[in-house]
Amino acid sequence: MSGQTLLAKIWDAHEVVPETPDTPAVLYIDLHLVHEVTTPQAFDVLRANGLPVRRPDLTLATMDHSTPTEPASTLEELEKVALPAAAGQVRAMIENCEEFGVELRGLDSPERGIVHVVGPEQGATWPGHTVVCGDSHTSTHGAFGALAFGIGTTEVGHVLATQCLLQRRPGALAVNVSGRLGPGVTSKDLILAIIRKLGVGGGTGRVLQYRGETISALTMEQRMTMCNMSIEAGARAGMIAPDDATYEWLHGRPMAPAGADWDAALERWRELEDRGDARFDREVSLDAGQLRPMVTYGTNPGMSAQIDEPVPGSGDPAIDKALAYMGVEPGKPLQGRDVDIVFIGSCTNSRLSDLRSAAELLRGRRVADSVRMLVVPGSQIVKREAEAEGLDEVFLSAGAEWRESGCSMCLGMNGDTVDPGKLCVSTSNRNFEGRQGPGARTVLASPLTAAASAIRGRVADPRELMDR
Amino acid sequence: MEKIVRIESRTVVLDIDNVDTDQIIPARFLTTTVRKGLGEAAFHDWRYAGNGELNPDFVLNRPENRDRTILVAGDNFGCGSSREHAPWALLEAGLRAVISTSIADIFRNNSLKNGFVPVVIDEGPHRWLKANPGAEIAIDLEKTQVELPQGPPAPFELDRFARYCLMNGVDQLGYLLRQSDRIGAWEQRAGG
Repeated sequence: MSGQTLLAKIWDAHEVVPETPDTPAVLYIDLHLVHEVTTPQAFDVLRANGLPVRRPDLTLATMDHSTPTEPASTLEELEKVALPAAAGQVRAMIENCEEFGVELRGLDSPERGIVHVVGPEQGATWPGHTVVCGDSHTSTHGAFGALAFGIGTTEVGHVLATQCLLQRRPGALAVNVSGRLGPGVTSKDLILAIIRKLGVGGGTGRVLQYRGETISALTMEQRMTMCNMSIEAGARAGMIAPDDATYEWLHGRPMAPAGADWDAALERWRELEDRGDARFDREVSLDAGQLRPMVTYGTNPGMSAQIDEPVPGSGDPAIDKALAYMGVEPGKPLQGRDVDIVFIGSCTNSRLSDLRSAAELLRGRRVADSVRMLVVPGSQIVKREAEAEGLDEVFLSAGAEWRESGCSMCLGMNGDTVDPGKLCVSTSNRNFEGRQGPGARTVLASPLTAAASAIRGRVADPRELMDR
Repeated sequence: MEKIVRIESRTVVLDIDNVDTDQIIPARFLTTTVRKGLGEAAFHDWRYAGNGELNPDFVLNRPENRDRTILVAGDNFGCGSSREHAPWALLEAGLRAVISTSIADIFRNNSLKNGFVPVVIDEGPHRWLKANPGAEIAIDLEKTQVELPQGPPAPFELDRFARYCLMNGVDQLGYLLRQSDRIGAWEQRAGG
């Protein structure tokens, strides 16, 4: 396996039928994550063809996109707080999982949450796995050394029925990162810098593998934030080779191997570690040592700048259009721009460490009067762990809202939206026009920058509020 | 699925790069549990003003473009989410193909599974198409080329299997189901 990329090692181990010029590979899927938005039409196809779910045991189901972040642990409660269509979708998910024998981490489950938070939390994502989900941020699971990517609803049906996908092998692009991240600079800032460098289409047709000393020093949660946003560079997936941090995360989790199985798994996983000898189709390098907190100023995740760096001046029509939509002045830094809403949450930045870092800045401080701040934990487990540490008290006494888990304001499907023209500093992953609601303006940032901006009432550098 | 061999139409030009799936269909329309009824949601927030009135300036709203089926769009069309609702909505809005210089991976896969044809051509002919909205062209899957009213045809790459499925109306699920013996054997070997 010497000289092989992580992608190649995993791919070769999962080819049920190898690809030929005429036919794509039949690729076996180890873990299929399903949620309520991209599955109803796939279950319909199974029903119409009289097909069962081939491997319910490899299918992990939860609900996140359409579920409200107000308390609702039964359908009756849900119908009081949810939009009618969203409630209908939740009902369909419950019925489909029941009919097809798929265990659902449903409304009343203590393990419900955002699908990309729940999978790793349960220890379901392993090194060397193939993981798919009808959601583009499935790339998150690449943090564990898995090949994990988003698929459409037709392909969800393929996996439900056959546990396989028809796929062509993508290319492999190495992103080599050196240097130590400075205080107040997070893996969110790093991935925004990488997307800026590659461009929003720069990873098309390829899988990114993040490597180097900076990546090795990241925690698993920081790695998940990075892999999560690989799709924002257009990449099929993002991945990081497993190491001791990976194994430490997995050990003892409910769905991780245990006992003798653990020892055998560890032996297999170590084969996937990065020995530095892999050959990639393309490599790019980045020095993280000089990086400052990053914010997006435009309407795609590639339009970002360091917080004190002027955004581009006028001239490029695409930039002009984006700045006009955002109400951002050309040629000036975004720092200091008034903020209406701050959202901490989403599959990118809603894990315990994200909440801790935001709470650290907010402790003993107040959210500015002009700002509404929403904190949405990634799962009910994250919520309980945060509450056990008293983080909810920190957020609530600062004047922020503390909600139930879900995708929430990342994409505004569940009633949590940003009003037209309002500017939201958000720890989510997409700043597309209207992403958080029609006319909403989104600034992507780290939890630290989001918390600092909530306190100041304007886009703020978290380093000004640290080291007190 | 309907067989697709050739698509002939005048073009509609949407000269914007990085058109993301949130523009093609905003997330608030994804609470549906069926495939149908999404045509009105296609490019909703560009087609309609905030007050719900038709935006007369948006290219797809112009009367001459009503029956045109080939969209010419800027680079990196369909970036963003995995929602298959995007090609479902475009098809129901009357479009059958998109031509660009690059198309995002998941959107391209989803399109091919639904008979919405994603076509990637070189910058030269793409520039010409963007400069000549309403040009009468043909997308020929047999020859894998875009036939233009002037100059040589623009070739495009299309995965052989996807092309076969489009031209013969083959549903890929059937092909996968026929592999079930090999899938079972693989599971045995893997101990799963």
